[in-house]
Amino acid sequence: MTTIRLLDRELEVDAEGFLQKPEQWNEELAVEIARSVGITELTDRHWKVIMFMRDTYLSTGSAPSIRTLGKTSGVDVKELYKLFPKGPAKLAAKIAGIPKPKGCI
Amino acid sequence: MTRIAILGAGTAGTIMANRLAKRYRRELARGELGITVVDQDNRHIYQPGLLFVPFGIYDETDLVKPRCRQLDERVDYVVGAIDRVEPDADLVHLVDGRSFAYDALIVATGVTTAPEETEGMTGPGWRERVFDFYTLEGATALRGALERFEGGRLVVNITDMPIKCPVAPLEFAFLADWYFTRRGIRDRVDIAFVTPLDSAFTKPICARELTHFLREKRIELVTEFNTGSVDGAAGRLVSFDEREVPFDLLVTVPLHAGAQWVGRSEGLGDDLRFVRVNQRTLQSERKSNIFALGDASNVPTSKAGSVAHFQAEVLEENVARFLDGKPLRADFDGHANCFIETGFGKALLIDFNYDVQPLPGRFPIPHIGPLRLLEESRLNHWGKLAFRWIYWNLLLPGHDMPLVSARMSMRGKHGFNEQETPAAEPATA
Repeated sequence: MTTIRLLDRELEVDAEGFLQKPEQWNEELAVEIARSVGITELTDRHWKVIMFMRDTYLSTGSAPSIRTLGKTSGVDVKELYKLFPKGPAKLAAKIAGIPKPKGCI
Repeated sequence: MTRIAILGAGTAGTIMANRLAKRYRRELARGELGITVVDQDNRHIYQPGLLFVPFGIYDETDLVKPRCRQLDERVDYVVGAIDRVEPDADLVHLVDGRSFAYDALIVATGVTTAPEETEGMTGPGWRERVFDFYTLEGATALRGALERFEGGRLVVNITDMPIKCPVAPLEFAFLADWYFTRRGIRDRVDIAFVTPLDSAFTKPICARELTHFLREKRIELVTEFNTGSVDGAAGRLVSFDEREVPFDLLVTVPLHAGAQWVGRSEGLGDDLRFVRVNQRTLQSERKSNIFALGDASNVPTSKAGSVAHFQAEVLEENVARFLDGKPLRADFDGHANCFIETGFGKALLIDFNYDVQPLPGRFPIPHIGPLRLLEESRLNHWGKLAFRWIYWNLLLPGHDMPLVSARMSMRGKHGFNEQETPAAEPATA
């Protein structure tokens, strides 16, 4: 397990920088993490997805897939790709401070 | 009387039913216990064989047998579509209105492909220039299309993960290279492999090997491509972020999802209808008398017959412990074992689990083999073909595989994962 220093705090992350303890997250951190992946501004639409990811993870123990996000977060898949280019589920999870979605083997 | 219900008579359900029938033979004879298996039809398909159907190596008669004939005769077999399970009432409801109660329920209804979930996939060109090979109908139709194909661009595509047998699409690309070479038209065919993953496979060392094969066989690799829609008329695959891949012939692996009835059963499945279970004990997170194994569960390992077989050893024990009121054993380690056909009569073999990615070495006897792990050989190819006999005659009847245990062995394997070590002895749940 690696730790990084962000906003003067020690954070536990995995090899790809996903927070391992969702309780260490806060909104200022989200802005920092977003910047580090090239998203310079978090709009209301971003926040809608980020909070949905977090709520789903905290209540069910797993992050929603891109398809579920598209169907139930109120932001459709096309827009998700505009907001979080390349891999919306992965990027949104990272910014939301939850572990990397269980990939698939 | 103790009632065990098993939903699904595919690989996992059949192995489970046969193992439990053997374990409880006395109780079954005395009428103290009953095992009921439900499936919607009576056709058991040898799914690993589907890969070979488009290339004319197997056809339907090689792959299909009646489900009832694979089941121990002490098991009650019911043909009927499942409507839903009521976890709090311990009831299974069938679509035709029948319902029955259980003391322990084992879910083994696998996964199905859902091509209709992707825009345009089943539209113009479906099964004319857009094919799947994960169904017998698709694989059989594709065989005709490959025979008629005289040149152009063949695209092999994974729509989304997880899928059954994640190496099968790669194997398809390798076999297509061999098939068109044999037909003497390989130089007129472009082959591209298009995947949502960031490399050819999910596990790094194995992905490196497989990328090497793709290059050697002149197969183009397109990564991080999340298929948004298919335009069969124009021959275009379009990603959600609006990249395009043209094709003359598309062989796609559609989105996979669990059985429909799981979605109608309160709290049982996740958003893709995979049954949520503890990944070590295989017990449902919804209710303690429900278990799931095989493709139907959400455990993070390959969806493959070998996994179902290894899980069955653990789950047989856990169902018995549950019925006896004893603590369960957290013994399933994610063990999977797959042959990867590479064409020209050769294959690779990989062996891995939750914590250890596929590594080179010898299998199943450490340092001796005769099979080589992560290395191409003719013997691995013959192993793959021989597996069909093993499947019907050893695997389904529920025998333990000689020399291959449910828990993955590190013996005979070279090199450890960089950041991971093999799992320590798991604690009892």
